Amino acid sequence: MNATKQIKGLTLAGLALAIAGSMSLFSCNGTSGNGDTKKSDSTANAAGDDNTLLGAGSTFIYPLFSKMFSEYNKTNGLKVNYQSIGSGGGILQLTNKTVDFGASDAVLNDEQTAKMPSPAIHIPMTAGAVVLSYNLPEVKDTLKLTPAVLADIFLGKITKWNDAKIAAINKGVKLPATGIVIAHRSDGSGTSNIFTTYLSKVSEEWEKKVGKGSSVNWPVGLGGKGNEGVAGLIKQTPGAVGYIELSYAIQNGMAYAKMQNKAGNFITPSIASVTAAANIQIPADAKVSLTNTEAAEGYPISGFTWALIYKEQKYDNRSADRSTKLLKLLWWNIHEGQQYCQALNYAPLSPAAVAVAEAQLKSATYDGKPVLQ
Amino acid sequence: MDTSIDNNVITRSLENTAGNYILKTPEKVKSNKRISRSYRQIRTENGFRRTLVIMAIAMIVLVFGIFLTLIVQSIPSIKTLGIGYLWGKTWDPVQNIYGAFPFLIGTLLTSFLALIISIPFSFAIAIFLGEYFPKGPISNFLKNTVELIAAVPSVIYGFWGLAVLVPIVRSFENKIDVPPLGIGIFTSSLILAVMIIPYAASLGRSMIQMVPSPLKEGAYSLGATRYEVIRSVILPYTKSGLFAGILLSLGRALGETMAVTMVIGNTSLIPKSIFAPGNTMASVIANEFTEADRTVYLSALIELGLVLFLVTVVINMIGKRIISKFTNE
Repeated sequence: MNATKQIKGLTLAGLALAIAGSMSLFSCNGTSGNGDTKKSDSTANAAGDDNTLLGAGSTFIYPLFSKMFSEYNKTNGLKVNYQSIGSGGGILQLTNKTVDFGASDAVLNDEQTAKMPSPAIHIPMTAGAVVLSYNLPEVKDTLKLTPAVLADIFLGKITKWNDAKIAAINKGVKLPATGIVIAHRSDGSGTSNIFTTYLSKVSEEWEKKVGKGSSVNWPVGLGGKGNEGVAGLIKQTPGAVGYIELSYAIQNGMAYAKMQNKAGNFITPSIASVTAAANIQIPADAKVSLTNTEAAEGYPISGFTWALIYKEQKYDNRSADRSTKLLKLLWWNIHEGQQYCQALNYAPLSPAAVAVAEAQLKSATYDGKPVLQ
Repeated sequence: MDTSIDNNVITRSLENTAGNYILKTPEKVKSNKRISRSYRQIRTENGFRRTLVIMAIAMIVLVFGIFLTLIVQSIPSIKTLGIGYLWGKTWDPVQNIYGAFPFLIGTLLTSFLALIISIPFSFAIAIFLGEYFPKGPISNFLKNTVELIAAVPSVIYGFWGLAVLVPIVRSFENKIDVPPLGIGIFTSSLILAVMIIPYAASLGRSMIQMVPSPLKEGAYSLGATRYEVIRSVILPYTKSGLFAGILLSLGRALGETMAVTMVIGNTSLIPKSIFAPGNTMASVIANEFTEADRTVYLSALIELGLVLFLVTVVINMIGKRIISKFTNE
């Protein structure tokens, strides 16, 4: 009898454990909810301490922002607390007014724009590229890809590396008969957004079947978590192809393909070719996707990362001083700050992009009056 | 202080027991002390009990709080998608179409497959440690090693799986003529199986050790061999305990996230075979939560959590039913 009771007790404990196990995830969610309230407290505190600005968003730009902000701190003594919680999270934090600025790899979608309590403006900070990395040890030359072939590969229509379509654009390259294994991001990410936006632009079928977004319903392939997850899949699986950030590919010495751009040139992804891609006519609101760029020397799969701020800076007892500091910081980012891009494998803003960013910053107001003169 | 005095009283009273003089001299002093001590005892007793009740209530409130939060947060998705969410086969954040079916299948498939793989190992370990080598340094070493398996963080299993298990599975897949991806349902089940072995093994071991020796000795005296004793005495006696261990393992497998997401392949397609890539509910939530940028999307992910919660509860309820049936027999 005693044993029975004990068993029952253990089962109960098991039940509790199982629930606790499956729930640990949601406690994360819960903490992020708590985090929000805590952060708003800290904003309130930080609002007293006008020497610390708060930002949140894109993980992609985080290394560059850390460098920029620490350099800015050396010269101006302003502290910036930037949390790389993902673009979607950054936008949410800005919507809740818990941060001074958000950072995103994608422009606000309609729902996000509608949720903003007042209009927000997009300021380009840097540009990044997404490259197609592959694992074909037999192939010594750099592989070339055209938009049509790329779309067919990711739609699952081309399944072997020695397919006639791939061979036609890689004359003289001996392609193996290995099956193509596609690796994509399993987590929602700006990288996926840039890549699927590009595919939607160049392939009608992709746009109809899959579409664009930070997570999509991939027709084929394996998902890896983060750049490192996708890179791991590519390195491990013979015949794999996947998309990763340019800076990650450079740092890890991975092979990546040349892409044919809109002008018909095969472009090697590089910092220079990404900056070139951004040297196009940019609309005044800076909400532009650089994918499939018109620029003849531009790499076609690239995009901006934007800082997001409210156009009207006077809200929630914010001081004029605080908004001036924020705008001066962003102004510095798009000018002096750009020198730190290259070393960290980010593409500096093109002159056209800087001009638009300047105009955007000048349009920001405090109580109706422009903050920057 | 108290105890020493009490001890004196007790020893003195023991000395006097023979002569029946105990009630004579120290009567008053003794009873006062007894009273003051019992007041303190009552206070401690009540305080302790209150603490236990509070803790117990806190647990219940916590579980129901989580359940309620999940329901409230998934209302937008329940409203938009309805009950079809459960058997919808498409998960397409772009079109705002969400169906949990592929992930439900993925979760159940990996968990039960892992359970089937792990049972022979965990039972063998439990019998070996419980019956054959209950004591001694080797047994202790093995016991600690098995328990250590449970202490290893799951992300380490994920890395180990990716680096070691995936290439092995890939070469195996090459031989049996399925697409040699290396990652997929089967690999995740293997990893999960390793992770859950200690739960059933430890519980099973302590159950087997609790089998009363008269029972076993009776069987031996009737001429039963060791195997026969295990089969006809120990296993029937401990079956509900062993089953509870399995249930504990299953609960762990259902909720495991990190190790699985690293080796399962993360596709939203319904797996065609156990070697195909798939996805589990927990890993979808972990993957897509940060960038879920629309209300319905976020809510659909939370509803996925609700489904996982309910699946766990239902499986545990069925398990408890089975256990109580075992015990009544």
